[in-house]
Amino acid sequence: MAEMTEEKLAEFLEPLKEILSRYEKKERYLIPVLQEAQEEYGYLPEEVMKEIALGLNLSLSQVYGVVTFYSQFHQQPRGNNIVRVCMGTACHVRGGEGILNAIKDELGIEAGETTDDLEFTLESVACIGACGLAPVIMVNDDTHGRLTPEKVPEIMAKYK
Amino acid sequence: MSKVKITIDEQTVEVDEDSSLLEAAKEIGVDIPILCYHPDLSLHGACRVCVVEDEKSGKLLASCASPVRDGMKINTRSMKARKARRRNVELLLANHPNDCLGCDRNNHCELQDLTYELGIKSEDVEKFAGEKRELELDTAGPALKRDPNKCILCGRCVRICEEVQGVSALQFTERGFNSIVTTAFDLPQADINCVNCGQCATVCPVAAITELSEIDKVWAALEDDDKHVLVQTAPSIQATLGEEFGMETGTVVRGKMVAALRKLGFDQIFSTDFAADLTILEEGSEFLKKLNGEGELPHITSCCPGWVKGAEHNFPDLLKHLSSAKSPMQMFSALSKTYYPDQTGVDPEKIYTVAVMPCTAKKFEKDREEINGSDFKDTDAVLTTREFARMIKEMGIDFTSLPDEDFDELMGESTGAGTIFGTTGGVAEAAVRTVKEKLTGESLERLNLGFRGINEAEVRIGDRLVKVGIANGFANAQKLMEKVRSGESDLDFIEVMACPHGCVGGGGQPRPATDEKKEKRGQGLAAIDDTSKIRKSHENPQIIKLYDEFLGEPLGGESHHLLHTKYKARPKN
Repeated sequence: MAEMTEEKLAEFLEPLKEILSRYEKKERYLIPVLQEAQEEYGYLPEEVMKEIALGLNLSLSQVYGVVTFYSQFHQQPRGNNIVRVCMGTACHVRGGEGILNAIKDELGIEAGETTDDLEFTLESVACIGACGLAPVIMVNDDTHGRLTPEKVPEIMAKYK
Repeated sequence: MSKVKITIDEQTVEVDEDSSLLEAAKEIGVDIPILCYHPDLSLHGACRVCVVEDEKSGKLLASCASPVRDGMKINTRSMKARKARRRNVELLLANHPNDCLGCDRNNHCELQDLTYELGIKSEDVEKFAGEKRELELDTAGPALKRDPNKCILCGRCVRICEEVQGVSALQFTERGFNSIVTTAFDLPQADINCVNCGQCATVCPVAAITELSEIDKVWAALEDDDKHVLVQTAPSIQATLGEEFGMETGTVVRGKMVAALRKLGFDQIFSTDFAADLTILEEGSEFLKKLNGEGELPHITSCCPGWVKGAEHNFPDLLKHLSSAKSPMQMFSALSKTYYPDQTGVDPEKIYTVAVMPCTAKKFEKDREEINGSDFKDTDAVLTTREFARMIKEMGIDFTSLPDEDFDELMGESTGAGTIFGTTGGVAEAAVRTVKEKLTGESLERLNLGFRGINEAEVRIGDRLVKVGIANGFANAQKLMEKVRSGESDLDFIEVMACPHGCVGGGGQPRPATDEKKEKRGQGLAAIDDTSKIRKSHENPQIIKLYDEFLGEPLGGESHHLLHTKYKARPKN
């Protein structure tokens, strides 16, 4: 994140301060605070982690350790649309890899990355429990099954 | 506490019911190999090197984390247990760099020792060879070097930094194969709340965290005919250096230490204990002024650079209570480039001042931008006790058979008071000894404050009851400072040492270090004090001469310029 003026930073952290004000200054509230903060900001920028450390009387390393441990926490901005490509056994057998590659080409990013316009985040995930539809992907809460690489551009276009 | 009876390797033993199998085994002299376990830290139970076999169930138990149960039959030597230990270490070695020969910890490595003791051979390790990581090293200093590739994730550093020091600069981050012990955002140690105490380096079983070595710089200075190399040794070194040469913990080796320094080629060999006496006169005078209403109480000591940086991060509002007196090391170094040339005629530009310290934070302190009192860099190099021992070994000196020699004149004389600076409670004791005698003419009975992490005592000085407190270990210091901040504490004088047990437990001291060893080292220093001819700082004849011929009065103009410093607030994280 680019450097902010002190005034801008205070304004940026205003919602976080409200979140912190509802919790006791204790280590055990770290995860709920991180979750709420991520809900608010979409991800966990450095400035937010610093404020949380101060707010819960923890060291920054302690906060960073927890954020990097859980896959639910993100240190980079996330796209408006989250594309999850299933790499489970059934999808693997039925060409999941090809679907992933087609999406990579379509969006111009690798798995785990977000497009520059913040429209899409691409993730490869283990089984999403829809093996009957293999190969399958999810975009946000929508499921798209029985895919071929050719169908990918059309699906992505719906979310642009 | 009630007792339970268990059998270990066919010996029956009765132990407290809250003992672990490891502790029970130790009581009957059965040594179980350990790696992540450390007696002074919480249990981690991660390495599984201490597994033993429960004969009844045939199960393997991590002895460090398994409580004893009545009637248990334990076999620590069964093939099953030995094989499991071996396998666990083989797996650790599978992605551990294989560069033992050039490693900082070669011959002083717990993992290397285990590999040998468990009978592991190269081919055993090769069969597990897998992916290795190439992570960046943190060599930015100023005090410590981190090599995450060597880290075996035992978590001792994480635990000591959190539990004993209350800093938590290091943490487990990421997950699974990507797990790494590092700082927030992988920042260099120089950019975070690390106080450079080096406790992490004293418990690290491998070379993942070591001091940033200055040995080569010192060799170069010693070889340079144009340089006049002075050395000072901190009070605690004389009670710890012997351990590096197999001597019993706490053995006082002052004379051999001086002889070794002379053999290494130093031009003049002086004692930081001398400067500790000087610190007492400056700081004692400061405290006297505060007692008389000039300045705010409590008066808090500032000779520990780990504590000072920690205070700057965490207690910026209390910095005004810190003594402005420099640490003995920096006082000595300032004089080494002013007073020493004044008395000897040596060109100060040619003087190179080396400090042998028990401490990694001293490496940071010497580089603080506001620290220099002379027109030069006051301290040129800081060596830890371990680095000093390595130089002695490199020179091929048979340390244990060296004859005793004496420090050089001018800045080599010290008192018992200066010597006990190296252990917790020592600075408070030395200061109060001088203050009481100066004010009342009466001598001080022993305070003996140093046996606990936080301790207090009352001393009657004339018609006033002075309350003296100490804290050692930075977590303890923080607890005490919170009380000062809230007004709950009514102490007048507080000594803080960031390392547990004070400098004898410093981050630059011989490994392995435990509370038990640190206490013995402290007793070594106390024994020097008990038998010293001069036990009060203000009676040190070389200090009297220094004030008469050079400095004038404590807190006077020249003293203020050379021997006092200032502090600055730093961000909490």
